[in-house]
Amino acid sequence: MPAQPFFEVSDHPPRTPGAKTVLQADDIARVLDRIAHQILEKTQGGAGVALLGIPTRGEPLAQRLADRIASFAGVQVGLGSLDITLYRDDLRTQASRPLGRTVEPAGGVDGKLVILVDDVLFSGRTVRAALDALTDLGRPRAVQLAVLVDRGHRELPIRADYVGKNLPTSAEEQVRVRLAEIDGADEVSIV
Amino acid sequence: MNRHLLSAGDLDAAGATQILDSAEQMDAIQNRQVKKLPALRGRTVVNLFFEDSTRTRSSFEIAGKWLSADVINVSAKGSSVSKGESLRDTALTVAAMGVDAVVVRHPSSGAARRITEWVDCHVINAGDGTHEHPTQALLDAFSLRRRLGELAGRHIVIVGDLTHSRVARSNVLLLTRLGAQVTLVAPPTLMPAGVHSWNCTTSWDLDATLAGKVAGDVDAVMMLRVQRERMGRGSAGGDDPSRAAVGYFPTEREYAIGYGLSPARLDLLPEHAPVLHPGPMNRGLEISSMAADSDRSLVLDQVRAGVAVRMAVLYHLLAGADEASDGLRATEAVSS
Amino acid sequence: MTGSGQPVLLRGVRPLGGATTDVLLAGGTIAEVGPGLGLPDGAELIEADGAVLLPGLVDLHTHLREPGREDTETIATGSAAAALGGFTAVHAMANTNPVADTAEMVEQVARLGELAGLVDVRPVGAVSRGLAGEQLAEIANMARSAAAVRVFSDDGHCVSDARLMRRALEYLRPYDAVLAQHAQDPRLADASCCAHEGELSGRLGLPGWPSVAEESIIARDVMLARHTGSRLHVCHVSCAGSVEVLRWAKSRGIAVTAEVTPHHLLLTCDLISGYDPVFKVNPPLRPAEDVEALRAGLADGTIDAVATDHAPHAAHDKDHAFGDAAFGMLGLQTALSVVIQTMVEPGRLDWAGLADRMSVRPAVIGRLAGHGRPIAAGEPATLTLVDPTAGWLVEPAKLASLARNTPFAGRQLPGRVLATFLRGRVTARDGAVPARPAVWA
Repeated sequence: MPAQPFFEVSDHPPRTPGAKTVLQADDIARVLDRIAHQILEKTQGGAGVALLGIPTRGEPLAQRLADRIASFAGVQVGLGSLDITLYRDDLRTQASRPLGRTVEPAGGVDGKLVILVDDVLFSGRTVRAALDALTDLGRPRAVQLAVLVDRGHRELPIRADYVGKNLPTSAEEQVRVRLAEIDGADEVSIV
Repeated sequence: MNRHLLSAGDLDAAGATQILDSAEQMDAIQNRQVKKLPALRGRTVVNLFFEDSTRTRSSFEIAGKWLSADVINVSAKGSSVSKGESLRDTALTVAAMGVDAVVVRHPSSGAARRITEWVDCHVINAGDGTHEHPTQALLDAFSLRRRLGELAGRHIVIVGDLTHSRVARSNVLLLTRLGAQVTLVAPPTLMPAGVHSWNCTTSWDLDATLAGKVAGDVDAVMMLRVQRERMGRGSAGGDDPSRAAVGYFPTEREYAIGYGLSPARLDLLPEHAPVLHPGPMNRGLEISSMAADSDRSLVLDQVRAGVAVRMAVLYHLLAGADEASDGLRATEAVSS
Repeated sequence: MTGSGQPVLLRGVRPLGGATTDVLLAGGTIAEVGPGLGLPDGAELIEADGAVLLPGLVDLHTHLREPGREDTETIATGSAAAALGGFTAVHAMANTNPVADTAEMVEQVARLGELAGLVDVRPVGAVSRGLAGEQLAEIANMARSAAAVRVFSDDGHCVSDARLMRRALEYLRPYDAVLAQHAQDPRLADASCCAHEGELSGRLGLPGWPSVAEESIIARDVMLARHTGSRLHVCHVSCAGSVEVLRWAKSRGIAVTAEVTPHHLLLTCDLISGYDPVFKVNPPLRPAEDVEALRAGLADGTIDAVATDHAPHAAHDKDHAFGDAAFGMLGLQTALSVVIQTMVEPGRLDWAGLADRMSVRPAVIGRLAGHGRPIAAGEPATLTLVDPTAGWLVEPAKLASLARNTPFAGRQLPGRVLATFLRGRVTARDGAVPARPAVWA
């Protein structure tokens, strides 16, 4: 019998004209260097730290930060990913979404200082969902947030501890983050 | 987009793969201390079972509860037809309570499909007569994929009472859709009518098949339960003459000799090939204890997979919007 | 059963009734066929004087009564009767006591046949457990056993339940086996029916066995054979209508074969007017029109084989009123002669045709390798030598069977078996079989 597609899966939105690049590849690299140093500074050298990237683009960012921390201070921090799809508050507004991967860091999250890593901080709802997901995973001793870009327009009382770039935007604009591991090149642009 | 899961044939390769991928994520929850995800909070699921099945029913119940849905079990066995209540009335009565989904198991083929004609909620077929059992096929594929990797190009052999097996039909549909090749093995009396039109090979010779001489090397073998009633009953006085006293095979020992997964047959399999069985098993009939308890056996994995797969099915059917309107396509999170 | 025996030169034989020539048997095979063959050292010489050489006869339907009624026949005595009748292989029906419905049983029958060492005894497996017509017997086990059963039959009883018949036909397909049906609808002709239903049965007051009870089962079964794609064989066809159905079925390519008994080729139902149970048989003797249709069917090949349905009975089982006596007649030693009289002498079958119906086709139906082979160098020396010009008088007391119930008692029949060879060994010679040690010493 003919099968209809069970889900609708999107393509990544293609590059559109009128996009304005705000961060190039080397900007992003410098920004990540700085955040890594800031993490080392604020956490007394990275002891008991676990980085959890929020899929999709939070994952490679967390990996890059973990690599820098290891390179700068010789410390291996815990590294994992935390999928928040099942904890979204807007599940019913769209067709069901595919799930991302949740991978616990070696050593778990109990008693750790967990740093959530994402590419863009906007309404804060993703982080809210991540906090719920994190609670079901275990009990960290503290939770912090690192983002590449903060574009404002918070709808919840959420703030980031480490910000790559503050980027004031209007609500209609879209912030597009491309990372080499996923998109083939590093770039942050506004559309 | 499908509202229901009635047949394994309802899923295309992408859709089935999505469910299996989601089930991988759901499976991790079984290791957590807090086995709860909020995705189906506020949704109500009814297990409407017209046939006994502790195994499948508990599996769906746990799946729903771990997703924070409210799950209710309605045992309609003997309540509908024998009390004179039509299937339609039973279904409408349950649906009228405002449930989001009904999981239906019924002894008659097509019952789940009929129910979709009367209710608005989602309907999941948990086994209808000898027709289909799509979530079983999904959990079998999930278990196979975990052990073997990608299923495309793999050769799976299914053995047993194929005429009365909804599991066989669903598995053939799903496995072939995922790109696997399937061979069905049974004595002629247990081959389904019209099986030559199915997308698979058939054989009466289990030894030749397992040795790779019928359709090539075998990557996995699935043994199906053979009900002892298929052997036939003697016509002791009083038996209803319209019921078949004639069996499909003469004795248990002859069936086991010809079609049981004996230790010798286990040795015919390549080293990597696992053994599956949907359960419950008739040890010594279709499967030897040695096979059932061997390292190759995925029987317990299948049970465990059942919960994860059913969680994935419930999630994908119930968590999203009921109607996918034109302007809304599933995209990556816009607001983060 | 081995031992090819010493070489034998058959001088002046006519293979399949053809030109006179010589045939040398050595090492269990036919070593050479040709005129003027030399006599090798140590070889036995048989001057055949133009006797006809046939492939060893194969009987698809015999009752050897062991286990259960060793007072009437044993595998050993039945084998002797068979060898004397020119047979080199017989199929032993399953209605023994206990019934041959398991691998263990058929292997025992085959083993006893080997010990007797005179013919290849091929056990027939039951279709239903205990011949009760309700559940399948262990057909697969019997096929896979050392006896390698390829013919299954509930003979004595009809597989009358259509569902069981269908299941059995389907079930035996993987084993290249054939289901041999005793066609007798028990609702139309029950166990008390003992005479052809017609003018005679009405006059004699005997319960009638109507032709339609046989024809209707055959009609149903050929359709089942078509539906399942399985092989069907019809035992002891006795009615003209049955031959018509078979002819139609074969024209449609249905995989059906059939056999007829010698007694149904020669004897008519008027013989029972004296109520003598020696003429009581199942299916019953029929009128001349049916006999003629059977002869015509055998001649044109609609009927594939002659099978004896050799059925020994103790005197005390026949010494009753007609309706109470046991059904059945001896047949192994008289079969070839009766076929010569009814078919060869009138010119309805030549010798090649007789060989086809009594050896070649039965061997194919029973999937018997090594029997029914051409008479040529390299083939097994499994042969029958018969003198068609000599006759003999049938005397029950001189037959090899333990039983005496032959309907041909006192008749002069044509054709005498001079010798029978099984893979080069002489198993019958001038009316005697070689001595063998008794099985139970």
